Amino acid sequence: MALDTETVRRIARLARIRVPEDDLAPLADELSHIMNWVEQLDAVDTSNIAALTSVADIRLPQREDKVNDGGAPEKVLANAPDRQGNFFAVPKVVE
Amino acid sequence: MSDLTRLTIAEARDGLAAKQFTAEELARAHIKAMEATRDLNAFVTETPEIALLRAKESDARRAKGAVASGMDGIPTAVKDLFCTEGVRTTASSHMLEDFVPTYESTVSMNLRKAGSVMLGKTNMDEFAMGSANITSYFGPVKNPWRLNDGKDRVPGGSSGGSAAAVAAHAAMCATGSDTGGSIRQPAAFCGIVGLKPTYGRCSRWGMVAFASSLDQAGPMTRSVRDAAIMMQAMVGYDPKDSTMANEPIPDFEAALKGSVKGLKVGIPAEYRIDGMTKETEASWQAGIDWLKAAGAEPVEVSLPHTKDALAAYYIVAPAEASSNLARYDGVRYGLRESADDLTDMYEKTRAAGFGREVRRRIMIGTYVLSAGYYDAYYVKAQKVRALIAHEFAEAFKRADVLLTPTTPFPAFALGEKMDDPLQMYINDVFTVPASLAGLPAMSLPAGLSADGLPLGLHLIGKPFDEETVLRAGLAIEQAADFKMLPQLLRAGS
Repeated sequence: MALDTETVRRIARLARIRVPEDDLAPLADELSHIMNWVEQLDAVDTSNIAALTSVADIRLPQREDKVNDGGAPEKVLANAPDRQGNFFAVPKVVE
Repeated sequence: MSDLTRLTIAEARDGLAAKQFTAEELARAHIKAMEATRDLNAFVTETPEIALLRAKESDARRAKGAVASGMDGIPTAVKDLFCTEGVRTTASSHMLEDFVPTYESTVSMNLRKAGSVMLGKTNMDEFAMGSANITSYFGPVKNPWRLNDGKDRVPGGSSGGSAAAVAAHAAMCATGSDTGGSIRQPAAFCGIVGLKPTYGRCSRWGMVAFASSLDQAGPMTRSVRDAAIMMQAMVGYDPKDSTMANEPIPDFEAALKGSVKGLKVGIPAEYRIDGMTKETEASWQAGIDWLKAAGAEPVEVSLPHTKDALAAYYIVAPAEASSNLARYDGVRYGLRESADDLTDMYEKTRAAGFGREVRRRIMIGTYVLSAGYYDAYYVKAQKVRALIAHEFAEAFKRADVLLTPTTPFPAFALGEKMDDPLQMYINDVFTVPASLAGLPAMSLPAGLSADGLPLGLHLIGKPFDEETVLRAGLAIEQAADFKMLPQLLRAGS
């Protein structure tokens, strides 16, 4: 399926990746090329197949509902681009 | 003393035990080799101080008679997507250029506890997305195997730095990670052994995530025995990875003692594809003949949906990647581009931090998961994946292990196959199906093409049966007798 520039603009927005206006059309061609190729799967009959949910036959393990880690704000914040006290700081979101 | 960088892990283990040399001497020899091969760009970060420190600790343990494992004192390179405490971990991305983890991944911690000596962090395709190591923010890696045409060959990817370092004898072994072939394809291109264990064997905790239902760590070495020794030190149940299998762990090296007599080796007809070189086909036939001569029995098996595996993979992997990589938002760690408004900051940061291939895959993944398309693409791909897994299970009713080529062609020149992503994706046509089914698989060198580039053979096993893969691999290794050194290391070159 061919993706138009409007769709690419929408995906870029969903993915939170800034795409300059001039790049939208070439990117649409590029992504369409890949999507056209993966559409070969339409020819595969999967009418009686359940989608695979886990490749390994394992049950999700459970642990006791107990705190087993924490209390390390310096480690958690060590790579923060910006911080205030023990908080991550971001650009202002409310006026 | 002979060149310590020429030893296998098994030989170094014996030499250390016999006090022929120390771990410190081993480390120094490899640090020198690492520095001498810098032109390959195999390492993003070298850690000689850590190597010497851990080597000395290893020697001290040995002096006390407290050797930790067969890996104690072994110089090891670590792919730069295993988080290493206090050592920057970049996944070869601008996004994580300055990221210094405050914790150690389970796999690299297991190796540390086993006594292995970290030499540095190896270059890779950005976020493990690539098959030629050309998407790295830190520049491409060169394959130590080269021809006389003046062009550098790619080492494969995504674990291209690990493969190049091991092939160039700058490291005795390296960790890799494999999502669709990222251990096996570079191993084939660089003439080394690369083993992707069964999904769930190695903990994914502390590994920079690409596609969580596919990612699996594994060893990259210069012999099958070394792969068994190194793998032993990497595995182990870890409650911090909820998808880990709590299966008994065999003695992998002991598995090499068995014979392949009577072993049924499945040959999937569908792997004979257009675009495979004649030499690749010939080396596949040689592999069949070698196993037959060792007493194994080739059997034809059929995996009809092999041709659809790649397309299914390029829906599933980008979908999971788009979700995993959502965490890079410029807030908690990694790059941040400044902006006045939060959404603006996210969008600018992600546009600047991710390279072209990563952005492309995030966009594809976002699209196939978006409202209205989820069933048509993602669910469809997971159904095809179930079909592929089922076909493998059927094939394993007739065969104990499968033999195929690792790649349709040997290493190509840097700069080739770069215009069209689909051309690049073909590299993984033989490795992706086993990834989708979570099966253990190994590539090992089988010989050279006429012009002198390594060709790899690929063994695929039943779930949690790495032992048969290793045993069959050893039989091929003994018959192939692959002793060639890359041109880079030959005298006079």
